[in-house]
Amino acid sequence: MTQLHEVTMDEIKHLVSDRALAGETVLLNMGPQHPSTHGVLRLLLELDGETVVNCIPDVGFLHTGIEKNMESKTYQQAEVMTDRLDYLNTVGNNLAYCLAVEKLVELDVPPRAQALRVILAELQRLASHLVWLGTSALDVAAMSVFLYCFREREVILDIFELVSGQRMMTTFIRPGGTWRDVPVEFEDAVRNVLETFPKRIDEYEALLTKNPLFLDRTLGIGKVSAEEALQWGVTGPSLRASGPDWDLRKTRPYSGYEQYDFDVPTHTEGDVYARYLVRVQEMRESLKIIRQALDKLPLGPIRSNDHKFVPPPRSEIGVSMEALIHHFKLWTEGFSAPKGAIYSAVESPRGELGVYLESDGGPKPYRVHWRTPSFNNLEVLPVLSKGVLVADLVAIIGSVDIVLGDVDR
Amino acid sequence: MNKQLQPIVQALQKEFDAQVDEFRDEVHLLVASEHIVSACQKLRDEFGFELLSTMTAVDYWPQDDPRFHVIYQLTSLARNLSLSLRVPVAGNSPAIPTLTGVYKNANWRERELWDMFGIHIEGHPDLRRILMPADWEGHPLRKDYPLGYEEPQFTFNFKEIGLGKPHGKE
Amino acid sequence: MGVEQKLGDMGVVTTTLEQAVNWSRTRAMWPMLFGLACCAIEMMAAQAAHYDMSRFGMELMRPSPRQSDLMIVAGRVSRKMAPVLRRLYDQMADPKWVVAMGDCASCGGVFNNYAVVQGVDEIVPVDIYVAGCPPRPEALINGIMALHAKVGSEKVKNWA
Repeated sequence: MTQLHEVTMDEIKHLVSDRALAGETVLLNMGPQHPSTHGVLRLLLELDGETVVNCIPDVGFLHTGIEKNMESKTYQQAEVMTDRLDYLNTVGNNLAYCLAVEKLVELDVPPRAQALRVILAELQRLASHLVWLGTSALDVAAMSVFLYCFREREVILDIFELVSGQRMMTTFIRPGGTWRDVPVEFEDAVRNVLETFPKRIDEYEALLTKNPLFLDRTLGIGKVSAEEALQWGVTGPSLRASGPDWDLRKTRPYSGYEQYDFDVPTHTEGDVYARYLVRVQEMRESLKIIRQALDKLPLGPIRSNDHKFVPPPRSEIGVSMEALIHHFKLWTEGFSAPKGAIYSAVESPRGELGVYLESDGGPKPYRVHWRTPSFNNLEVLPVLSKGVLVADLVAIIGSVDIVLGDVDR
Repeated sequence: MNKQLQPIVQALQKEFDAQVDEFRDEVHLLVASEHIVSACQKLRDEFGFELLSTMTAVDYWPQDDPRFHVIYQLTSLARNLSLSLRVPVAGNSPAIPTLTGVYKNANWRERELWDMFGIHIEGHPDLRRILMPADWEGHPLRKDYPLGYEEPQFTFNFKEIGLGKPHGKE
Repeated sequence: MGVEQKLGDMGVVTTTLEQAVNWSRTRAMWPMLFGLACCAIEMMAAQAAHYDMSRFGMELMRPSPRQSDLMIVAGRVSRKMAPVLRRLYDQMADPKWVVAMGDCASCGGVFNNYAVVQGVDEIVPVDIYVAGCPPRPEALINGIMALHAKVGSEKVKNWA
């Protein structure tokens, strides 16, 4: 165990103002264990009274070495790691990874699998936004929203458990399709969500949207312009709250998102309240997508037939020698991908989730890099929090919606 | 290649002597490290690539020249284009110029490059480790850095692994 | 033959000091609000309406280690976090207990690499290990029940 590293003034003197060096302002440590930092984020704050003069984030307390670890696993094994990156968007991470692998080896996915992926990814977006809504409302002292949000989240997690057997780390989406077909109860369960959810969102909005206490804490706080947001690489709802309607589901459709009719909610204010509104409206749009995808959910296979990359069904293994060989090869050696490098991105609940995948021709990825949206969305925090009160800083951290597993990888 | 991307690539080829590589409809441009800042400046100001999506590196150890490729993934929102620039750098302790003057979010990504690959960033305003502890030795994502695998404890080797492990005390 | 037989049904409850102390320790065991990774979300779910840990006197998550009795290490512990975690443990007042929630906290889980501590028991003494990646809220509650049983069987002579 390395010793606790005490930051000396010498190391950070170029980051703080001259007044801190003269001792006129206070340096305060917030985190890594703090109820409002949404994980193990450490902020070094330079305070003048209660005003934040400088905010210096220190990340890495959840660095897991996922990128390095994936290099030592085959393409199929490495997928298990992807769930644990951004643990509120597990299905989305699987999707991003599988799309990248499919792009690398040129694998086609049958329409039913694509529709299932869309349904699950949007359910995951709902679940992720629910956690965000609950925790960020808790930060501005709205306790009941947290309890309501987690109640609804259970319903979505039950669906994940129904299809995959796991509540969070489903790994249901696999390169070339999905793990299995969904059980018959799936449709009813999703219809139940579609039916009850609009009312639930109304309920949250009734609690927050026009609540004067909530408005006081969020309106005009943590403003960022569209140009500045882009300069700092902010994507996702945080960017859309500042103006640009950049949503990869619309601009670079994947998994058949082009078939569905949905809007990309945007606002121009770029403050905490706008980010709240964008996410709440996104939840309604997600419901729209799920409804359309479920209505025209095609029948058919759920995995590609290319057994060089996708394991053959169990029924074939017993009767076909070739299937048995494919199965054996896939689960001992894995499949080899052609030499090359690709970058593929999806829209996660937090923004552009990109995978850079490089192959050297072998069965293991040579390099996997995750372009995680939280990393960039957190980097803008010092800009957002210049001159705000400490209490507002808490609201701002909540509003950019970071997941530390996503930041530190 | 995307039609909109063609004039951009040609301009970069002409001005910075960039080499083009295409794979799966993605365009990679190999640019020398002394040109990378002006190339990105040009892409941002003239061709509307306003977003630096990501920045990373690949280690080709034991190959020495180039040992690393630094990758810049640029996105244009207005024209919906993507372009990837690759900068080959050689040697054990390479250096590249900083991009923080062009894209502000290069700051943390470059710190990550320094932390994970030991690529020195010249002119960076705040080059400290970002993900690993400040007193960490080595750069984990280099290929010559071991993964750090530890033997898992099972029933058959319960004792010997348990003896070798440190145990937290009250 | 104890005093309760002599007194009969007089509405007097008798117990030993040991049992009384152990009972009070288990009925208001406040966990520290300290989530690391994925498991923290399930810990939050265990606290929220559906699973409702307040049934066990645990509705209060204390953000300060000084006020908490139980550290639920929910998630993977990185090498950078390890000294912080140890300091938090040292700051907790006795008596204190540790639950390693999830595979990563118990043994490193799927992350057998340079960045992750292979089991939080390398840093702090662990009372209960809860398996799962992440464990369901029920599993966490089961682990806490097991901890309650463990605390309930503590002896006076072992209290330091």
